[in-house]
Amino acid sequence: MRLFLRLLFRNRLAGFGAVVLGIIVVLALLTPVLPLHPPNATNTANRFLRPFADGHLLGTDHLGRDLLSRLMWGTRLSLAVGFAAALVAGLAGAAIGVMAGYFGGRTDNVTMRGVDMLMAFPYILLALAIVAVLGPGLLNALIAVAVVNIPFFARNIRGVSVGIAHREFIDAARLAGMGHTRIILTEVVPNIVPVVVIAMSTTIGWMILETAGLSFLGLGSQPPQADLGSMLGEARSALITAPHTSIVPGVMILLIVMSVNLLGDGIRDALDPRLRSGALARPMAATRVERVRVPAPSGEGLLRIEALETQFHIGPRTYRAVNKVSLDLKPGECLGLIGESGSGKSVTALSVMGLVASPPGVITGGAVRLEGQDLIGAPYEVLRTLRGRKVAYIFQDPLSTLHPLYRIGDQLIEAIRVHEPVSHSAAHARAVKLLEDVRIPNAPARIRAFPHELSGGMRQRVGIAMALANDPDIIIADEPTTALDVTVQAQILALLDDLRRSRGLAILFITHDFGVVGQLCDRVAVMYGGRIVETGPTADILSAPAHPYTRRLIACVPELGGGRRILAAIPGLPPAVDDLPQGCAFAPRCDKAQDACRMGEIDLQGTARQVRCLFPEGAP
Amino acid sequence: MGGYILTRLLSAIPVLLGITVIVFLIMAMIPGDPATAILGSYATPENVERLNRHLGLDEPLWRQYFIWLGNLLQGDFGRSFALNRPVLDEILDRFSATLILAGTAFVLCSALGILAGVVSAARQYGLADKAITFVVILGISVPSFFLGMMMILLFAVQLRWLPVSGMYSIWGGGDVPDLIRHLTMPALALSVVATGVIARLSRGAMLEVLRQDFIRTARAKGVHERRVIWGHALRAAMVSIIPVLGIQAGFVLSGAVYIEMVFQWPGVGRMLVDAILKRDILLVQGGVVFVAACYVGFNIVVDVAQSVLDPRIRT
Repeated sequence: MRLFLRLLFRNRLAGFGAVVLGIIVVLALLTPVLPLHPPNATNTANRFLRPFADGHLLGTDHLGRDLLSRLMWGTRLSLAVGFAAALVAGLAGAAIGVMAGYFGGRTDNVTMRGVDMLMAFPYILLALAIVAVLGPGLLNALIAVAVVNIPFFARNIRGVSVGIAHREFIDAARLAGMGHTRIILTEVVPNIVPVVVIAMSTTIGWMILETAGLSFLGLGSQPPQADLGSMLGEARSALITAPHTSIVPGVMILLIVMSVNLLGDGIRDALDPRLRSGALARPMAATRVERVRVPAPSGEGLLRIEALETQFHIGPRTYRAVNKVSLDLKPGECLGLIGESGSGKSVTALSVMGLVASPPGVITGGAVRLEGQDLIGAPYEVLRTLRGRKVAYIFQDPLSTLHPLYRIGDQLIEAIRVHEPVSHSAAHARAVKLLEDVRIPNAPARIRAFPHELSGGMRQRVGIAMALANDPDIIIADEPTTALDVTVQAQILALLDDLRRSRGLAILFITHDFGVVGQLCDRVAVMYGGRIVETGPTADILSAPAHPYTRRLIACVPELGGGRRILAAIPGLPPAVDDLPQGCAFAPRCDKAQDACRMGEIDLQGTARQVRCLFPEGAP
Repeated sequence: MGGYILTRLLSAIPVLLGITVIVFLIMAMIPGDPATAILGSYATPENVERLNRHLGLDEPLWRQYFIWLGNLLQGDFGRSFALNRPVLDEILDRFSATLILAGTAFVLCSALGILAGVVSAARQYGLADKAITFVVILGISVPSFFLGMMMILLFAVQLRWLPVSGMYSIWGGGDVPDLIRHLTMPALALSVVATGVIARLSRGAMLEVLRQDFIRTARAKGVHERRVIWGHALRAAMVSIIPVLGIQAGFVLSGAVYIEMVFQWPGVGRMLVDAILKRDILLVQGGVVFVAACYVGFNIVVDVAQSVLDPRIRT
């Protein structure tokens, strides 16, 4: 509760709403004891006095009645009616919703169809029909507004109740021999109260508006009694000659409804945990760069990642996802980047083209040089023209990475036409050719398919075709086969290998699977806790891993036909990168770790074969 | 596609029947003698007798319903005693005015709301986002009838840019420019609340979509950010925006009642309010059924639009 209030008031607008509404409610409650004129005392000699007239702070209306007094009494009435309508609608809706949700089956079906029917009306039609039957009057307007809003509550609360009705404690209560009434009252109702309260707090403003509206139409409160709506309705005929009589009640309705809405939003936001974590921040077009120093180029190469640092800044925490990672890729080479989930391999790959979601991602250091040109901090337009044309990506799950609402052909054609001003038909022909290149059967017909109409393997072929669309120099494949089953996986790997050889592509292949690395990659870099712990030629590393982590990672790969063997899972979990231990990040899980491992930085040692370990495997 | 439209049309039949049942039941709750309620207290006994026979008011309730439904299906909505003309004629005369007003407001609120929502999401936490959020909060909270009155004061009385009320000028009016001049203020006032709601929802939907993987794919392809936002992201966000447009259409239609009162617009809403005040029951009954049925029809259009946009619904 304390947390809730703190969150609520951290939201300045909600706090503002709470204060304004509080003041209005207190004034409305105090109205009978305030020194005001009687609200209905007419004085036709003093009609339409302007505001700040003697004795009438807000002036008088068409019958010479004091506007301030009428405003306060009207506010009181409007608030009372709005709250009452919300309460009635909330209680009745909750009752219906609980019944439907608790009993389920036919009760539920019949009730909810009825609710659907009621919701098929534009709300005011129903309210008008009810007032037409009951006759104009404030109480009848209240009933109409409440009834019209019952379906909204019923539907919300039914949803929650259905969930509760299937929980174990309800079954337990039933087995204990409790009757339905008792179960509903003691087990179900307490659990839905918060939902009802939230739903009411977000709709009270709306109810006040609706009752004011009916009164405005002359269907609500009848003279001389006046709520804010009927004050406005009566003032309408004098709108042009005495605008203040309209403005005063109108502004009051606006203030009340706005403060209720602000407060209601604040309550909802404070209770919605997703908004708390700031997860709804949208990623920008390119990752934010906050780089202090640019490292000097350390050599030639097609793609050189140099001392790259990428972090996630979430609230007060800093996650060092990528920590001084250096990699290089030569033309036509396939480099495997391997590590467990959370080791930073995908973030490294996405940092290359500034595709790390930002916020919260920030590139805080290092350089990524493509043929000598630094991409980190490059202008967006430069980055954009290189994306897909020089460096293309293949992502993990092709169902979520292809746009679900565009035909695959259109997605391919778009990929071609962003970088080359060719005609639509030329691009179409090329798209068909691309699909054939990735061996999709019946390409001319398939090009009109939507992603959900293809199998997983076919979708990933489309993903590969899209990456090939502009004949890039480099393909960054981020676990492209992880979401596929094994036979498809083998096909996709064979396809990638073929394409690489026939087109001279350089591939940065990200995976957590040493088996895949062995099939495809010339060299491997092993990542752990945001750092490279070992690099070298694939064959060397597979046959003689130097870092204990690499050794154990290789030991995790089951071998077919290798007979029975204990699969050695690595104990413990990968480290949280917001709280990395001193020294070697793997030390807590390493069976060879010694005190020295837990002190100070350990450098990557070696040249062609590098390892970050004080006690590498195979050493004496 | 055709199959989908057909099933959707068929599924509307029970909803329409449900609407007639609800309206009929509400109207059946009128206290006192229904014939007197319909004809007013000065009706002659012969007229009461004739009406009783025509509507089967002596019969049991369920038979009355079917008689009434049968009449409705033949286009017989009864006669308005206050206007002394067939209810359907009056509704049809009035409905075109409401359709022009509500339709314009609906187009306005959809276009402006989505525009504001997308800009707001694309510039999240930026100046434009804050400004739009503020205006949206104000827009959602202002009673449309009050806003309409203030617009009259400003644009018609103070600045004299636009006519105060009505649909056409009494002298020398009647052409389209005249209609547009009369339409501007009421349509704007009517669209404000819905614009706010749609803007708010579009912003949320866009923020949700912009975090999806396929947006990253589009960026990785080198698609320009403008196209990522207005093409890829908006297209996907529309899937959750369109159903809300359907709901908001109902609110626009409801709000039209107030706006028609404020601007003296000769539409169905004002007709209904007048009919209630005069206790012209058949006119209220017919008007409610007619407008509700139109709304159901509109929602079918919305659903079909949704299925055109989202191929996953069709299959």
